[in-house]
Amino acid sequence: MSAIFRRELQSYFKGPLGYIYLAIIFFFGGMYLQYQVGSVQTNEISTIFSNMFSIVLFTTPLLTMRLMSEDNRQKTDQALLTAPVSLGGIIWGKFLAAFMLFFIGICSTFVYFIVLSAMSSPDWTMFAGNFVGMLLLGAALIAIGLFLSAMTESQMIAAISAFAVMFLVMMLDSIAAILPTQLSFLSAAIAALSFMTPYNDFTSGILDASNIVYFISVAVVFNYFAIRVLEKKRWS
Amino acid sequence: MIEIKNLTKRYGDKTAVDNVSFTVNDGEILGFLGPNGAGKSTTMNILTGYLSATEGQCIIGGHDILEEPTEAKKKIGYLPEHPPLYMDMTVDEYLSFMYDLKKVKVRASKKAHISAICDLVRITEVRGRVIKHLSKGYKQRVGIAQALLGNPEVLILDEPTVGLDPKQIIEIRTLIENLSQNHTVILSSHILSEIQAVCDRVIVISRGKIVADDTEENLSNRLSKDFRYEIRVEGPRKEVQQLLETMPQMKEVLFNGEKEKGVFEFQVEAKGNIDIRREMIKRINERGWMILGLRSSAMTLEDIFLQLTNDTYADEKAPVEPETEAAEAELGVEESVEEVFSAMEEAAVEESVPVDASAEDNKEEES
Repeated sequence: MSAIFRRELQSYFKGPLGYIYLAIIFFFGGMYLQYQVGSVQTNEISTIFSNMFSIVLFTTPLLTMRLMSEDNRQKTDQALLTAPVSLGGIIWGKFLAAFMLFFIGICSTFVYFIVLSAMSSPDWTMFAGNFVGMLLLGAALIAIGLFLSAMTESQMIAAISAFAVMFLVMMLDSIAAILPTQLSFLSAAIAALSFMTPYNDFTSGILDASNIVYFISVAVVFNYFAIRVLEKKRWS
Repeated sequence: MIEIKNLTKRYGDKTAVDNVSFTVNDGEILGFLGPNGAGKSTTMNILTGYLSATEGQCIIGGHDILEEPTEAKKKIGYLPEHPPLYMDMTVDEYLSFMYDLKKVKVRASKKAHISAICDLVRITEVRGRVIKHLSKGYKQRVGIAQALLGNPEVLILDEPTVGLDPKQIIEIRTLIENLSQNHTVILSSHILSEIQAVCDRVIVISRGKIVADDTEENLSNRLSKDFRYEIRVEGPRKEVQQLLETMPQMKEVLFNGEKEKGVFEFQVEAKGNIDIRREMIKRINERGWMILGLRSSAMTLEDIFLQLTNDTYADEKAPVEPETEAAEAELGVEESVEEVFSAMEEAAVEESVPVDASAEDNKEEES
């Protein structure tokens, strides 16, 4: 697993992908910080995190599109599947590599916190809560993207399907809101799947165990699905 | 070392591997021979745990590939049909990754082990280069290097010499032969000469079924029941043909064409297990004509297949007569020269004295 983790992480920086990803995260993060400090003139770091929600949502496919699909296309999955590594080891190794890059990206918020601390005294517990929320959100989204990547040989299809799912994730709350009253049971169910509501809890300073469990279980379930996809390929 | 029992793999309605059973002993080089799509790669993929069998069992060094995959896989070095290379890595990075991935444990340090293998397959000079920029031959050799990492007890090589030039092919064959001293090797190919050159034992597989499992010599002996020769005679064409046709043991005489000025080639086939060469030469000499060439007609892979998949091929062994052995011995001498030729053309052209190029070409077109 560690070999796969290291290789995947290195390969982000073999091409432009890793740099582009980090550039996007840093750019938008910095922009929101600038807006926060320059225009709104507060030391409220939560707003940066809540604004980053959609940025994280739409950059995650960049991280995950290549993870398994490229192995499927280049037949390097043969090397992985015939090596003494479990299927879980393969998937979790890849997942952690993407998660690591994501982590490096959002570590920029530490810099924002330091900048804000230099000028005022922001609440660090608030920052910590936000940061944890962001990590969990990222883990859940990466697992979804990895699962989609495992199902195809094409990076393109992996990326586009991941974008579609990310868009759906973003729209969940709106969909729940516009459903007619006869379908209220459905709207409750859809709202329960929302990523935005639990994430907004984090950004507003609520550390709710159920939210933590929700994101972690999404990550675990989709990684498990990805493992099943590998398993299925053997039997088909 | 390797035990395969009643292996069956179905893709929907299509049966790719049909109830295949065999065992491979320690230190044996087993050749897997078959045309494309016969089920060679599927069998190898099942053996290495890449695919799962629909039915049956694979045991590698006492470990079932399904029940103890990690233990079984540690014993295997596998070169699939397409070498599983990460194109964006350098050779060194890739081998280092595969070393870690395979959890290799060797006495030498990681660096020394990888260097030794690079020397062995001669990729030392490209170690710093990115794999996607390498030629096909080098990629193939990186694939072989990857399979050798950790000195696995079992080597499974799926068409290891594809894409290599004749010199490299001979190098790789020698390498495989050397490896067999402390490895068990399964090697697949659709090139007969390759299997003949390297393997102790041959399994011929066709449409997912084993049609023959024997040593290479026995297989050739069993198959060359018919005695076919190509003979070149300098003399009047019609009379020569007539003479050959009137020989009592002759089954068939075919005219191959005028190969040089005044020199005609015929393909002759004797009835049953009779060596007619002496008789032929005697008769032709009596007439004062000159024989400029005589050789056994090639037993191409296709011929073998036609024969093996034909109903006439029963399991009983044809009696091996002294003449057969003589013929075989003769073939053996010519084999080494031919090896280079057949390798160059990647065709299943067998034993022959190097003749002019056009004859070689004709033959390839036929096969």
